[in-house]
Amino acid sequence: MTVLLKANGLSKIFGTVSVLNDISCDVRSGEIHAIIGENGAGKSTLMRLLAGHVQPSGGSLELDGKTVSFAGPATAEEAGIVLVHQEILLAEGLSVAENLFLGREIVRHGIIDDAAMNKLAAAKLAEIGCHVAPKTLVKRLAIADRQLVQIARALLVPHRLVIFDEPTAVLTENEVERLMGIIRRLREQGAAILYISHRLSEVEQLADRITVLRDGQLIGTFDGAGLTQADMARLMVGRDFSALYPEPLTPSSSTSPEEIFEVRGAHVPGFVDDVSFKLCAGEILGFAGMIGAGRTELFEGLLGLREGRAELLRLNGRMLRIRRPGDAIAAGIAYLTEDRKGKGLLLRLGLAPNLTLTALSWIHRRLFLNKRREAQMLRSAIDDFDIRVRHPAMLAGQLSGGNQQKLLFAKVLMTDPKLVIIDEPTRGIDIGNKSQIYGFIQGLVKAGKGCIVISSEMQELIGICTRIIVMRNGRISGELNGGDMTEANVALLATGAQGSGRPQSEEHPKAAAGSMIAVTSIPARGHSFSVQGAMQS
Amino acid sequence: MTMTTAAGIGNRVRMMPSLTTAGPFLALFILVCLGYLMNRDFLAMSNVLNVVTRSAFTAIIAVGATFVISTGGLDLSVGSMVAFVTGIMILFMNMVAGDIGLWAIPAGMAVVVVAGSLCGLLNGAIVTLGKIEPFIVTLGTMGIFRALITYMANGGTIPIDASLREAYRPVYFGAIAGIPVPIVVSAAVAILASFILYKTKFGRRCAAVGANEDVARYSGISVATIRTAAFAIQGLCVGIAAICYVPRLGAATPTTGSLWELQVITAVVIGGTPLRGGTGRIWGTIAGAIILEVIGNLMVLSDFVSEYLVAAVQGVIIIIAMLVQRLSK
Repeated sequence: MTVLLKANGLSKIFGTVSVLNDISCDVRSGEIHAIIGENGAGKSTLMRLLAGHVQPSGGSLELDGKTVSFAGPATAEEAGIVLVHQEILLAEGLSVAENLFLGREIVRHGIIDDAAMNKLAAAKLAEIGCHVAPKTLVKRLAIADRQLVQIARALLVPHRLVIFDEPTAVLTENEVERLMGIIRRLREQGAAILYISHRLSEVEQLADRITVLRDGQLIGTFDGAGLTQADMARLMVGRDFSALYPEPLTPSSSTSPEEIFEVRGAHVPGFVDDVSFKLCAGEILGFAGMIGAGRTELFEGLLGLREGRAELLRLNGRMLRIRRPGDAIAAGIAYLTEDRKGKGLLLRLGLAPNLTLTALSWIHRRLFLNKRREAQMLRSAIDDFDIRVRHPAMLAGQLSGGNQQKLLFAKVLMTDPKLVIIDEPTRGIDIGNKSQIYGFIQGLVKAGKGCIVISSEMQELIGICTRIIVMRNGRISGELNGGDMTEANVALLATGAQGSGRPQSEEHPKAAAGSMIAVTSIPARGHSFSVQGAMQS
Repeated sequence: MTMTTAAGIGNRVRMMPSLTTAGPFLALFILVCLGYLMNRDFLAMSNVLNVVTRSAFTAIIAVGATFVISTGGLDLSVGSMVAFVTGIMILFMNMVAGDIGLWAIPAGMAVVVVAGSLCGLLNGAIVTLGKIEPFIVTLGTMGIFRALITYMANGGTIPIDASLREAYRPVYFGAIAGIPVPIVVSAAVAILASFILYKTKFGRRCAAVGANEDVARYSGISVATIRTAAFAIQGLCVGIAAICYVPRLGAATPTTGSLWELQVITAVVIGGTPLRGGTGRIWGTIAGAIILEVIGNLMVLSDFVSEYLVAAVQGVIIIIAMLVQRLSK
């Protein structure tokens, strides 16, 4: 394989902070090269250097053996280097085809040629297995499809090196599988791929070579075949990281554990149909399912965040009537949204106003604000949740993703809720913070609070939950306990296998769930697999 | 790394107490110096008091607008609303003057404050219950209020009853401890407003709603209530401004308060409150209102530029103010 792009001693300094130091690595045509590292390790900066978005402070780039420097993303694109951004950057009000060709419209006689663009867009989308109509408005697309549109847009440019920056952060497992197929096809076509992801299982399956960064330093480039996920985690954090998930909670010994929360007959128009479940003290109840299965909508509907109703809603033996979000909070239910930046935190405001926003009436008993008390609460939240802040006066938007998530945790717990519902507790945050957050979740349960976790990461649910409810198409498709909580079983219930829908043995997961599901696992706990158990649910 | 860059920006912002906060006061200071250089009479006590007094109406209404804008709203109807509630007030006072004499004045004040608040409440209710853009709603009510005053005045004027005129005069022309009443009133309004916006839970919720409606909703805040309350405060401020304004002209006419909405929004924006919401700067707004009046005054005092171009200069100022805000980020 020929070396396409080579970095020689690249470094980048922002102000006085050195974020990348003397990085040398190369990418070869026809390989998938993964870059891994914790948040802040320098991955994204390295990618942006390679794609011409920022200029290096030192070192040089070689393309085809010749030294090059990219003045901007446009020059890098001319050289065939394209970057698929982590965030979805599409114009929602425009159609898929219009987005694909935004800024490079096909023009005939000075007039935009929509017919040609729609045709070409359909072809390009089909190439990557995306079957949305080119005329569909982007705002009507699911997140996963938007991601594919974004990839198609990047691939419109003649490409020799495609850089994926956390492409799977918002995707469910079967969508990830589809994306991996696309990436492998690109490799077969001879392109070089740089792949950044937090999900080590993906890296293990995909990468031919793996470069590890830590704190802006190059730890090394390794052969993908010889590296297990545990090896990767150890290289990334610089210490042994066997305990990502905490010790499992021991279910309470009493025969009939106290019931905390009960929902009967929940309906959310268009999303959820007749869902009932119970939550008992001492357990962490997981909700699994594909995006669109109605998990988030179920709880948003229950908590007055969107239209919805339930025949019965009971918390600690008391019946609840929740009409608006404030009712839920007053009743002692906290909901931690999956959309940290859009619905969780006020990014343009300081840390203290964010922390106390939900709990203003709890903290400030009188009419006016007690700013000294607020500052004191911020200090204790920073200590309790290990939020890394450079300065207490900084804005919430200036925190890293993991620290924002911890601040959000602290925020929703300000009202001392009895039940905490956590939607995607660790989306887009690194391993160190993940592990801490799992600890917080267990801490809540130990403190006697009810705890429900919604997640699209099966490993996460299996790692921390004591029981998992799986949803599909707005209904509960099954429930898994103890040893039955395996990825194969969750996937099976989430996708609805053809035929009887009976859980299959782990040897044939693909046959069971179509070719959509990959079984990837760090055996976080030694669950044994049992067919019978899953069927009871 | 995005983390470290963000922090780097944060540091820079902290070191330079942002131009947005200090900007309006700096601009006012520069204008005052300029004025003094051009014409020594500019800083004469009488002129200073005159300028600030004239700016009081804009300032009082703009304080209300600061609430609306900081919650992410916009009220275009304030100019028409001034005319409408002034008309109601004068008609009411004239009606009861025969029965209760000078008591008609305090009664009229109560009526105008209530009328203003109700007008604001109406705007807010349409915006929040109807889920319509504030721009459109207040564009509509702007026309409605303007038409109503024209109808009430039958195209002419609604003059205040002669028996009340003399007694009412001091509310605009009088002074408390040497300071003209409108200045005292606008200062009181600003102090109260800054207390509400910066020191109360309501103020915090206003900022939250303006900064991100979804976050506010997910935090259990009733976005509609906060929005509506901000519009009601705007209406209340319009009522207070009307109280001070009536003695100045002695009548309500179909052109009363015309184009004030633009003055008001200009004052708020020059004052450093972003139109997208999330922050409100009461004292910046006050400075903004005074700046607008100072510009007009300077152009009258100097023969430099025709006073017919006042609006053009104000237009240039608002654009410069936005550029400064943009560059200081």
